[in-house]
Parts: sequence; structure tokens; C-alpha cells
Amino acid sequence: MSSARVGSDQEVKGREMTMVDALREALREEMRRDERVVLLGEDIGIEGGFGGAFTVTLGLSEEFGHHRVIDTPISEAAIAGIATGAALGGLRPVADVQYGDFLFLAMDQLANNAAKLRYMSGGKLTVPLVFRAPVGATTRGSQHGQSLEAFFMHVPGLKVACPSNPYDGKGLLKSAIRDNNPVIFFEHKLLYGSKGARKEKGGVQVVAMVPEEEYLIPLGKAKVVRAGRDVTLVANLLMVHKSAQAAEVLTGQGIEAEVIDVRTLAPFDWPAVFESVKKTGRLIVVEEDNLTGGWGAEVAARVANHCIGYLDGPVRRIAAPDTPVPFAPVMENFYVPSVERIVAAAKDLVLPH
Amino acid sequence: MSKAGLTKEQKLQMYRRMTLCRMFEERVYYLFLEGRLPGTIHQSQGQEATAVGVCSALAEGDMITSTHRPHSHAIARGVSVKSLMAELFAKETGCCRGKGGSMHVGDRDAGMLPAIAIVGGGIPLASGYALAFKSLKQPNIVACFFGEGATNIGTFHEAINMAAIWDLPVVFVCENNKYAASTAVEKVMKIKHVSERAAAYGIPGQTVDGNDVELVYDSMTEAGERARAGKGPTLLELETYRFAGHSRSDPGHYRNTAEVAAWKERDPIARYEKKLLEEGLLQPESVEDLQSVISRELEEAVAQAEQDPSPRPEDCLNDVFS
Ligand SMILES: Cc1ncc(C[n+]2csc(CCOP(=O)(O)OP(=O)(O)O)c2C)c(N)n1
Repeated sequence: MSSARVGSDQEVKGREMTMVDALREALREEMRRDERVVLLGEDIGIEGGFGGAFTVTLGLSEEFGHHRVIDTPISEAAIAGIATGAALGGLRPVADVQYGDFLFLAMDQLANNAAKLRYMSGGKLTVPLVFRAPVGATTRGSQHGQSLEAFFMHVPGLKVACPSNPYDGKGLLKSAIRDNNPVIFFEHKLLYGSKGARKEKGGVQVVAMVPEEEYLIPLGKAKVVRAGRDVTLVANLLMVHKSAQAAEVLTGQGIEAEVIDVRTLAPFDWPAVFESVKKTGRLIVVEEDNLTGGWGAEVAARVANHCIGYLDGPVRRIAAPDTPVPFAPVMENFYVPSVERIVAAAKDLVLPH
Repeated sequence: MSKAGLTKEQKLQMYRRMTLCRMFEERVYYLFLEGRLPGTIHQSQGQEATAVGVCSALAEGDMITSTHRPHSHAIARGVSVKSLMAELFAKETGCCRGKGGSMHVGDRDAGMLPAIAIVGGGIPLASGYALAFKSLKQPNIVACFFGEGATNIGTFHEAINMAAIWDLPVVFVCENNKYAASTAVEKVMKIKHVSERAAAYGIPGQTVDGNDVELVYDSMTEAGERARAGKGPTLLELETYRFAGHSRSDPGHYRNTAEVAAWKERDPIARYEKKLLEEGLLQPESVEDLQSVISRELEEAVAQAEQDPSPRPEDCLNDVFS
């Protein structure tokens, strides 16, 4: 995959930005706006260091100091728990893990504490916390390539964001920071678009126009990336791009696919998906996570519940197989849902047999 | 002088192994730069004495656990160079059949579990493997490698405490190379030595010059004997330094050049070479001979790996369950 420009660049005037630049700008703006916003993570503010595993926080410790860009030991459970405690105590922490896979270490604090303290306190406490996590397979094997959105979508009390492009990334991150609830913020490694040393093979050079002036994107609003009448493709993160590419291919074959970028999984914009399915009568959910129990299963179930009379065919799901992420690129390419698989599924669904 | 009374052959063997580790990493580095290997790598140039000193003190049937930086551990433990190279090339013939990659190399038959790339994730595995040794009345021990960065993660505390209270046959080997990625150890640890933490578990802790392979060998031998005798674990802190960046793309600007240069002066291989030359165990010609033998071995491994078959895409579906 090569260059892609996504979303709102027809409407938006601004500068071309990569995801990394846009996320950094979101952090910078929110830190300038509100002193309570602090960053916590490994290698995020070290002089001569990386600015986090993917350079998102590069330069921020110079502007805001180490009391607000807080380098931690390798202690994910405590990072999550301390961020939660700090949020209870009045800060607005934005913590991160270097790879999403390490969220499993932070899971207890996020799922048992951050997600539940408002509820357990009878609504008296708030946990304004953002936890950033890069996901997606990038030839680093089974412990550095998982897509974990579904685990968190399953936990009541957590919000889950998953932007596909820099414009959405910035707007959603700013909203997440201002939200009074814990938000798990997933970023796809192949969408960072960073150049130079940290550039990933197979990365999508996604740039988007990002306005100079401030904007927010609300959590819980999906976006129709491309309109179509024949079949609805619902996707997140990298799969939005693969779905859009599939839609291009399908157009050439007389099939008009509507592509919906969910943007957030919790809250989920059900009306947007229902409305589209009612129009097209066909649904394919595309996700990079393992098939069983993936977020697409929830979409399929809800659509079956709400749109059954409108469906002209079975709901299809395209996801990774139920295996860990393999290392070898030939296997990884098989594992990660491809444009070809989406095209084939759409043709199978739409064309008469 | 080694207390353990190393023979000439053992010393030369350690020297050869360290040289193989170094030359393997250098070869892999260039393969990476040439774009011939997928993924990422974490290299161990400078840390050969820890890997080789520890593994040389192990017996057949013993086990090691390793980390995201496992190449030298694997070579020191005797995992075949061909199967390592093939794994880095993502080939079917690799030690993990192309499913693991650089961060997960290992071969249980050679005495090394697949390396764990979650920092600290291998420490409980080591205690668990040692529990199995003890319960099954096997005379073996586990050597558990991890970096100083891993001593700040919960599993370190939980797994060492359990090994301690149950007197498990495991030696916890902390390779303190001063930096976890870009983070200097002083920034994340209030005490001076990782080994001080042993006191919290009531086990012996020792800080050793990790760039002196014979000292490493001696301390591992002692800790290993203790573990084998049913007296429980030891925490060894081996002070060392990585010459390379943290991973493939790290230029290491967070370290100052004087510090790097000072550590390069303490290069574990150069030091040992000098010692063996002085002791008359090694001749200058034999150094060159050894290097050319290793070069050839590595070239063969590369050529073989390049020819070897890739896994089939759908092989990705196998091995999920036994
Ligand atoms: C739980 C976890 N957190 C973060 C990382 C990312 N990471 C990989 S290596 C590393 C530094 C590890 O330092 P150390 O344990 O001292 O080993 P060294 O790299 O020095 O060999 C980090 C932060 C990881 N792999 N696992």
C-alpha cells in the first residue's frame, strides 16, 4: 500500500500531517490548555531518546519539563494503576505502553480499577485517564503485533478509540483527554507515517489535512469514508484503508461499497451502521483482531437484531484467523486481512450466484 | 584466575563461543542493513561474557530462559547457528520454524526455551521450570536471563519470591547493561546494585564484573551448585554494556561517547583474548584462524538460510494447540 489521503481533506484547510505529528500536536495543545494533563510512560521524555516507542512524545519534555512528561520504569501494571490514582487525585494523565501487547500487564488496573471506580463509588469519582497503545502486526511476531480492541470494548466503564488517520487522531485524542472517563486509545503502527529511522516497512504514508484552528471529534461518531449502495464495509484502524482500497477495486467491477470508519468502539455509533445496512442490505465487518470474539462479532449480532428484515445476505466477517501473530512475512501476510479477501467477500455477497 | 579451575580446553571453548556470538551479531547487523532480514533485532555485542560465562557453567539438561535480546544466549547455550540464522530469515528450517523470529529464538532440546519478549515475562517461566525439575526430582537447574530493566516489573518480585520460599533450583541472572532502551538505570532504581534486592527475598545476591568471562563462570558455578544442592536461588548481577543501539534503529544518543568508549576499553572478548595470549593458551595466528573458521561457518549458515524453504502461508494456522 502506498500513499493514501483520507477523510476530510476536501473540506478541511490546513497542513498536511502524519499521525505522529497530529497526535503530538494534540498532546501539546491539551498540555498547554490544562496543566493537569501529564504524560506517563517508558522512554517518553529522555534527552537523546526516542520520544516513546514511536516518537509521538518527542520534544514534549523540552517544552513541559519532566514533571509533566514523566519517564517511568518498565512497570506497566503500576503505570496504569498510578495513572488511575493520579486521575482520581485530580490530574488528567495520558499514559502509554510501547506496544499494545503490554496492555495485558496493565489489564488488572485498567479493567478492575480504572473502569470500575466510578461505578463502585456510586458515581462519586471520576477517572479522567487516557491510555495509548500501538497495535497491529509488523513482522515482530506474537508478542508485538496483536490487536486488542475487543478486550477493552468488553469492559463496561472503558471507552475505546481507534483512529485511522491524522485528522481523526488529533480530534479524538483531544476529546479523550477532556473526557472524564478512562479511554483506551489504540493507534496502528503502520499508520504512524513517521519517516526516517522509525519508518515501518509496509507502512501506509497516511497524511491528512489538519486545520490550524482547534477542533474536536466526539467519541462515538462514526464516519462514512465513502458512500455506496451495494454493500457496507465497517472497519477500524488500518482496515479502514484496506476497505477503501477494496472499494476502489469493487467500483471497477460495478459494485459500490460504502465504507464506514467506526472511529471509536465504545461508545459505538450503532445508528450509523444500522442506517447504512438498511440502505445496502449487506454487511462485511473488517478487523485485524482474531475472528472469535472480535469486535466485529458484536456488530454482526446487533445488526442481526436491528436490521434483519433489511439484510439480503449473511453478515460477513473478515478478521485474522484464530492464531497468534506469526513472524514470517509470508505467514503474516496470510494472517492480516487483505484487500483481496475483502473484495472476494464483497463479490460473493453482492453478485448473483 | 578462575577458582573453578578451568582447563585450557574450557577456556578456549569460552573464547571461541564469545567470538562466535560477536561475529554472528556483526553478520546479522549487516544482513539487516542490507534489508535481507524482516522484523527488528536487539543485539548483544559487548555482552558475550555474560551469556558464555553463564551457559558454560550449565550441564546437559539444564534450561535457560531469555529475553528480546537472545542471540548470544542461544549461541552460548549451543542452539545451532544454522537454525538461528534460518529463524532470522523467517524460514521453515528456523529453530521456531519461522513463527518466532529474532525475539523468540530458542530450542528446548538444546536447553533454551523460546525467548520471551515481554520484559520480565520469562522470570516466572524460569521459576516454574525449576519447580518442575524439583518436583520431578531431576538434577537440573534453570538460568534465567533478564536485563536490569526487568527488575522493576512485578513478575520479578513475584517469581523470585516464590523461587526463594520454595528453594527452587534456579539462578536469576541480571545482565545489568545500564540502560533499558534509552532509560539509564539510576533514573529508575534508588539502590546502587540490583543484587541488593536479593536481601528482600532472603537469598544470596552478588554483583560481578560481567565483562570478565571467568568471573562470570565462577559465580554461576557457585550459584548453580547451590541451586542443585536444593539450597535455592541466587540473584547474580552481571555488570556489562551493550555496544550497539537498543534495537535496529537506535543511534543511542542518550549515552555519551566517553562512556561508550570507556566500556569498549573493557570489551570482554579483547580482554579475554589478551589474557589467553598472555597465558600462552592462545597464539596470534590461532585468533585469525578461529575468525576465518567462524566466518565460513556464518557464510554457510547465511547461504543455507537463503536457500531454505519459507513456510507456506497457511502454516500460520498450525501449532496453535498440541
Ligand atoms: C513489558 C514490556 N514493556 C516494555 C517493553 C519494551 N521494551 C523492550 S526491551 C526494553 C528495555 C529492556 O531493558 P532491559 O530489561 O534492561 O534489557 P536490555 O534491553 O538492556 O537487554 C523495553 C522497554 C517490553 N518488551 N515489554
